[in-house]
This record gives sequence, C-alpha cells and structure tokens, in this order.
Amino acid sequence: MLDTIKHLIDILATPWLSFTLTIVLCFVALRLRWVWTKWFLALVLLGVTAFLWIGFNDPYAGLILKKADNAPIVIMLYTFPLFLWIAMIQAVQNDKRMEEGGAPEEKSLSDQKTWVWPDLVYIEFIAVILCTVALVVWSLTVPAPLERPANPGNTPNPSKAPWYFLGLQEMLVYFDPWYAGVVLPCIIILGLCAIPYVDVNVKAQGYFSFKERRLAIGTFFFGFYVLWIFLIITGTILRGPGWNFFGPFEEWTPHKVVALNNVNLSEFVWIKLFYNKLYAATGIEWFGQGLPDVQSKLPWEDLGNFGRCLKREFPGLVALGFYYLVLPGLLAKTRCRKLYQQLGWARYSVVILLFLTMFTMPLKMYLRWIVNLKYFVATPWINF
Amino acid sequence: MSLYLRFKQWRDRAKENWNEGQVKRSIFRVGIPNTDRKRVLVVLGNVFLHLHPTKVRSSSVRLRFTWCAGGLSFFLFLVLTLTGVLLMFYYRPTVENAYTDMKDMANVVPFGIMREMHRWGAHAMVIMVMLHMFRVFMTGSYKPPREFNWVIGVILLVLTFLLSFTGYLLPWDQLAIWAITVGSNMAKATPVAGVAGPFSEFLRIGGVPLIHPGDDARFILIGAKELGGITLNRFYVLHCVGIPLAAATLMAMHFWRIRKDGGISGPL
Repeated sequence: MLDTIKHLIDILATPWLSFTLTIVLCFVALRLRWVWTKWFLALVLLGVTAFLWIGFNDPYAGLILKKADNAPIVIMLYTFPLFLWIAMIQAVQNDKRMEEGGAPEEKSLSDQKTWVWPDLVYIEFIAVILCTVALVVWSLTVPAPLERPANPGNTPNPSKAPWYFLGLQEMLVYFDPWYAGVVLPCIIILGLCAIPYVDVNVKAQGYFSFKERRLAIGTFFFGFYVLWIFLIITGTILRGPGWNFFGPFEEWTPHKVVALNNVNLSEFVWIKLFYNKLYAATGIEWFGQGLPDVQSKLPWEDLGNFGRCLKREFPGLVALGFYYLVLPGLLAKTRCRKLYQQLGWARYSVVILLFLTMFTMPLKMYLRWIVNLKYFVATPWINF
Repeated sequence: MSLYLRFKQWRDRAKENWNEGQVKRSIFRVGIPNTDRKRVLVVLGNVFLHLHPTKVRSSSVRLRFTWCAGGLSFFLFLVLTLTGVLLMFYYRPTVENAYTDMKDMANVVPFGIMREMHRWGAHAMVIMVMLHMFRVFMTGSYKPPREFNWVIGVILLVLTFLLSFTGYLLPWDQLAIWAITVGSNMAKATPVAGVAGPFSEFLRIGGVPLIHPGDDARFILIGAKELGGITLNRFYVLHCVGIPLAAATLMAMHFWRIRKDGGISGPL
C-alpha cells in the first residue's frame, strides 16, 4: 500500500507532469470558491504532513528532507499554501461583498484609526517574542550544517546552489547559462520593478481582491508560485546526481543514464522536414542540401560563413522575430485589444515583452519534453 | 518602630524619589501613556517608536492584513546583525582558520547556538521577505503613490539574496564552496563581460582577447581565477560591511517612504 503511494508520488513528480499539474491546479483553484475554505486548507496541510511523514521515514526521501539546509523547503511547503490561502480567502470574501454592492472589509475599518501605543506596539511586541522563541527552538533542535572541509578537488554530485537560486539552476536544464543565469534574472528584477508602472488599475489597492485584478494576480501567480517556488522545490527534492530527475522516493544513483538526444530547430527543418520529407516527395535539389556547414569563426573574418549561419538558423530567427516583433502587434489587434487600449502603446510594449519573455520558459520546457528541442537558434557565438 | 515598618517607610520614600526624581524624568519623558496626549508623546518622543505615526488605520494593524511580514523581516535583520557581530568575535575569514573556527563555535564557545541562530534566521528572513512581497502584491499596495517604494523593496529582496549568498561561503566547507562555485560560474556566462559568455570573443585587439579569465565578470565577483582565500575575504567584507550598509540605507528609505506615502495601504 505504502509502496504504491510512494510509486504514485514518484510518477506524479515527473517534471512535465508535476509542472503541468501545478499550472492547472493553480489556475483552476483561482476560479473555484470552495477551494478557499478552512476544510480545504486543512486537507492540503494534512496532505503535506502525510507526505513529510512518509518522506521522513523513507530511506531515500529522508536523506533529502532531513538535510538541515533543506529546512526552508520543508517550511515553505507549509507557509506558502497557508499564506496563499490567507490572501485568497480574504480576496474571495471581499469579492463577494463587492458583488453584493458593498465595500471590502478593509474599507469599513480604514476610516477608523487605532492608537499605535498600545495596540500596534503590542502586536509587534508579541510577534517579535514569538519569532524569537521559534528561532531559538529551531536553533536548539537543528544544528547548522557543516560538511567536510572545502576541497576543490572533490566535486559533489549534484552540486547545488543555495536553495533560493535553485529555480535558476533548474532553468539551466533548458537554457544556456548566459540566459538562465544572467539575462533572465536581470529581466526578472527589472520586470518586478516595472509592475507598479504598468498596472493601470490604480483603484484596487489596500485590500485583498481577485476579481478586479484577474490578469495581474494570474500573472504574478504564474511567476511566483509556478516559475519560482515550484522550481525551487523541484531543484531541491527532485534533482539528483548529474542533475537528473529522481522521484522523491527514488534512490539517488549516480549511474542513472539519460539519453541526450536533443535536437536543434534548424535540424528539424533542414533535415527532418526538408531532406526527409520535401526532398523525398518533390525531388527539388534545394531541399536536399542538408544542414549548411558553419565554422566557428568571427562573423567579419568570413562573411560567407556568417551568411551560411544565418541561412542554417533561419527557422529559429524567423520564429523569434515572429514571437517578439509580430506577435505583440497581432495580440494588440486581436485577443489583447482591450489591454492595449487600457495601457497605451508604451506600457503595452513593456508588458507584452516581459510576458513573452516569461513564457519562453514554459515554452522551452514543453518543447524539450515533447520534441527534445535543444535550441531555437544555435550559432557558434550564441545559443537560445 | 519595628524593623519591618522602617523598611517599608524607606521603600516608599525610595519609590517616590524615583517616580518624582530627576533620573526617571530624564529617561522617560512622558510616564505611563494612560491618556491620549501621553500616547502621542510617547510615540513621538522615542527614537524607535517614532518610525510609526501616532495613529494608524484600523484596517492595517490587523495581523490578517500585514502578516507582520515586513516588520519581522526587519526584526530578523536586527537579529542577524546582533548574532553576526557575535560570530565576528570568533570567526577569521582565512582558508586556514575559517573551518576550524566553525567547529570551535559549535563545540568550545559557551552557549554555542549563535551560528544556528544566524543561519536559520537568514533562511527565515529570505522566506519572510518573499512572503512580504507576496502580501504587498496581493493587497495592491504597490500602486500609486507607493510605486517607488515597491522598487526599493525589490532591490532589498535582491540584497537579501546577496547577503545570504555571500554568507553561504563563509563556513568554508564542501557545501559552501560548491554552492558558490555553481553560483559564480553563472557570472562566467555574462554576455560580453564573461569569458564563456556570448560575444566576449568579439572583444579583441590584434588577436589578443580583452576578456579573459583574469578580468571577466566572474573574476570581479570572486577576486581570482579560482575560488580561494581572496574570494573568502571578499565575500566576508561584502557580507559583514558592504551589503548590510546598503541594505540598512535602503531600509531607512523604505520605512521613511511608507510614512510619507500615507502609511500602510488602505482602501482609497
């Protein structure tokens, strides 16, 4: 029985499945009111507890979950659903009040004022005491991790970054380091900074709400819960030696062999489509030329080589050009017409570029899982 | 007169002297804040309390609204400063001493949970800052006039990560150096400025590369071609002085702006 449950969890934890489930659950839950009740919260926290209980008693999962520096992940498994619920239940209640023509709960209280001394000062005092007690108890019971002395000659497998960067390390599976490790974090920081300047819905502030801010909250959920928290948990619990995937109850064996048969977009087009299909069907010479040969030289050293590179990578370049240059315009005319009218062209451009950049992540992840896509554009100088 | 009565007399006089006397009045200007006037004065007159206004919106003092997340982030920063200073008494940031000092702190130093307090407090602070950001987003509290304070908050989030990241190296154990190796290897891939990054090979004069392992982005971060004593020293200084100063400055701005932008947000 227990083994069946463990096996089931291992299967559910498969990256493509758990990622899809997280997205679906996140967005279905946002729309369902009955999710935001005490019973459902109790069920979720009970589920987490059950998972941890099974995990702590499992020889393999126990190794990961009991590791001292993974304590934040265990805490996150509780706190993030809990605070998500605390935020959403108030949002749902406020939405209901406003549907019935009332004002949010905070509104009735915000006209009144409370003395800082004693009311706020005592809340702060109690919070600080509780926080200190929790920290001291945590410190007394769990010793801080100290492994063997640093040895540059002995690389642990897997080598993991601190837990809050594991989402980015997980992206390294799908993108080159220049994008996942440098450009993407910069865009994330800039994107976060841009939020208050592109959100033109200035009215819904100072209270929890969802209905008035569907797009904003939906986007933030996707970025915060799916692409950050979920990937951190994946990187901590589900990634073992060689950064290969292991279910929580699987043994971390360094001998797991995963076939690397990832294929570039250019190979799909030039070989699988042009050569195998079109050349065989039509016999036109041009389709039969295969992948253009590209050397690793600087572009201006050999212009012919550079031209061949552009020719080889034209499918990816066209796709990227379409994605970043044509798609925003198309969306402004069709699905996002209202958004475009609300935001104006400047804000809309920023929003849509950030949005599309965010979506390069799930896009690449799914293309990797479905067709083993390696790069959209692969040149000797830069890969994407 | 019995001895007891004389003691009682003396005690009452001492109490009176203390209550009416110069010493108490010089420290506690206001006395017990049992009237509205005194409640105002006690908040205004105390350097720590004056971060607050004298009155706040009733909607925003409730725990279910703020979760105390921002306040506890700040409190954890203070805990980390205090425990960090205590750790600095024992810790020497050199390759020879760092690891053994860690062992000493656990086994030799009395009341040896300061490192635990510091490490778990740091993790708690990262989680708390993330929760604070989530709360501020969910209540729409970044909207005008609080836009710029959100931006300061994002920078503070990044600084919190950097504080934690630089501190991660200091124990100089396997966990430390390999986590920092993974992290700092990313810098190698910086476009143009990193030796393994795209386009850095374009920067060369007469065949001599301008970007090489001795001057690229990773070198600037870790101070050497490989992780070593220089890196440890560099991260130590950043961790104990550089980033805390920057964070404290931005926190001061953050708190000041909360007051100037109308306090904790409430419905318009």
